[in-house]
Amino acid sequence: MSIFEAILLTVITASTPLVIAALGELVAERSGVLNLGVEGMMIMGAVAAFAGAQMSGSPYVGIVCGIAAGALFSLLFAFLTLTLVANQVATGLALTLLGLGASGMLGEAYVSVPGIRLGEIVIPGLSDLPVIGHVLFRQDLIFYLSIALVVGVSWFLFRSRAGLKLRAIGDSHGSAHALGIQVIRTRYLAVMFGGACAGLAGAQLSLVYTPQWAENMSAGRGWITLALVVFASWRPWRVLAGGYLFGAVTILQLHAQAFGLGIPSQFLSMLPYAATIVVLIIISHNRRTTLINTPASLGKAFVPER
Amino acid sequence: MRIELEKRPDVSKLYAFVSPLLALVLTLVFGAIMFAMLGKDPAEALDAFFVEPLLEVWSLHELAIKAAPLILIAVGLAVCYRSNNWNIGAEGQFTIGAITGSYLPIVFYDWHSPLVLPLMLILGALGGALFAAIPALLKAHFNTNEILTSLMLVYIAQLFLDWLIRGAWRDPKGFNFPVSRDFAPEAVLPAIWEESGRAHWAFIFAIIAAIGVWFMLRYTLKGFEIVVLGQSERAGRFAGFSSKKMIWFSFLFSGALAGLAGIAEVSGSIGHLQPAISPGYGFTAIIVAFLGRLNPLGIIASGLVLALTYLGGEAAQLSLGVSDKVTRVFQGLLLFFVLSCDTLIYYKIRIVWARLRGGAA
Repeated sequence: MSIFEAILLTVITASTPLVIAALGELVAERSGVLNLGVEGMMIMGAVAAFAGAQMSGSPYVGIVCGIAAGALFSLLFAFLTLTLVANQVATGLALTLLGLGASGMLGEAYVSVPGIRLGEIVIPGLSDLPVIGHVLFRQDLIFYLSIALVVGVSWFLFRSRAGLKLRAIGDSHGSAHALGIQVIRTRYLAVMFGGACAGLAGAQLSLVYTPQWAENMSAGRGWITLALVVFASWRPWRVLAGGYLFGAVTILQLHAQAFGLGIPSQFLSMLPYAATIVVLIIISHNRRTTLINTPASLGKAFVPER
Repeated sequence: MRIELEKRPDVSKLYAFVSPLLALVLTLVFGAIMFAMLGKDPAEALDAFFVEPLLEVWSLHELAIKAAPLILIAVGLAVCYRSNNWNIGAEGQFTIGAITGSYLPIVFYDWHSPLVLPLMLILGALGGALFAAIPALLKAHFNTNEILTSLMLVYIAQLFLDWLIRGAWRDPKGFNFPVSRDFAPEAVLPAIWEESGRAHWAFIFAIIAAIGVWFMLRYTLKGFEIVVLGQSERAGRFAGFSSKKMIWFSFLFSGALAGLAGIAEVSGSIGHLQPAISPGYGFTAIIVAFLGRLNPLGIIASGLVLALTYLGGEAAQLSLGVSDKVTRVFQGLLLFFVLSCDTLIYYKIRIVWARLRGGAA
């Protein structure tokens, strides 16, 4: 395997969780719900996946545990913001704070326990192709899932009837309600899908990216995910592109440290966060295009008239 | 079963007062359940967590030490949140304030003067304000989401501190440990009442800031502007208020208070710079602000409550052997319950049990 292939592989591993979590958040935001709790749901997914894999001995059970943990945890958010119409920004923050604390507590027994790495799945025929065979067709299940999710979410949102309804709710919950669409129920499902995706992204962190458990191991990725959704202007394929761009920046930073460019490592570590800010500036600069793309009822509470 | 909300014609004054207390009680109940599940006696655990730290004088001093940064930061955040500006990066502004404030006692170590301490505090507040100016500038001029930018800056601030402490500002006599020199005595924030404990002037600053902001919000035009712009930007514009200027004001103000909290913490409690200077004060202050109902006087009370969770966490770790992460869980739960109980202020809640229609089951 050449150096080039090795770098591509690490970029993919770093990008996959960003893509998955951002897709989930994208669906939630398309339905009009701004869930700032991605970081919390992701870290809960990571600890649950690690614990599940340890107890069962199978990383696949771990994946299921991660998804379930993310989805269940997002229910807390959904109940508060959708049923009790609490402020979405504050509730999302609460979810993150609670997730970081609870995962630290639940994961305490697993610190420095050797993890179980999710194995690669070789696709016969394709995996023998030069370069891309190694890079794309000898990957783990979660990578394949991430690509399937991009296709699936894109199809769902823009080609299916349910997706049309979901977007309608995100753009005008009042009108959608008047048309008889179940606003609250759809939003519950969208938030839980977002939670499941964040949980899966967390599972990738503790089963693939670094197969172990460490406190706060999500390291702000959940927040970068939120920026990614804005960057992608709420479109699934752009999430894929943006996720890989961010993943590349993260890896670039690691390689630059290894080459010893004379730049202090701390400044290189700032790169993903700085890049997020720069990207946000570029995207938000044009007020008109952001307004067109943003779901119009994003972050607004809906209380049906009775 | 279904939960239905019915909007109250008026905001319930009763629940506005009761809801944070209800949230506290619910948190305690859930805390007790959590301890029971961890295999600890809930009564004993809650006692160790929330009562014992209040029984000794030195411990009360520690409470004031931990409450001071929380109150200082939360009071600034309340101004932000009331005006609908979401500054989530107080942790970063705290860190930068600690760094800029430490410039004098670390770089000009040999300069001994009574001016050192006041200058440090001013530099700290300036540093925090300047760091908060970044998300303010980006929001005001590029329409950038301030939640994300202020948060990203937290990670950048922490890495910057790490670089300083391992590089230029490392103590040459520190055996290669990542700490700065110890501050000289005239650079240390004095204790309020030295005979009984360590509590220092940061607590006094916090109380002054809270009362000052309370006065501003209640009696001045600026306070009116904050509230009006926060409730409706359009209404504010008709009144001749500028939401752009409010972005600047609220961010600079909250940044300055967070920066002051940072330098006060380093100078008063720690005595030098080190890679970890805050157990998440900047994030916990968000909970303090909401539990205090974004009211500066309420924030004094809620700051003390959250300080107690830190103190109780430390105590419970020693006496019960539970993880110090319990503190974070308590804090997260508390914010959840605060937000859910707030629903009672604006809505009547009715639980509707599913009815069977026409006898068909």
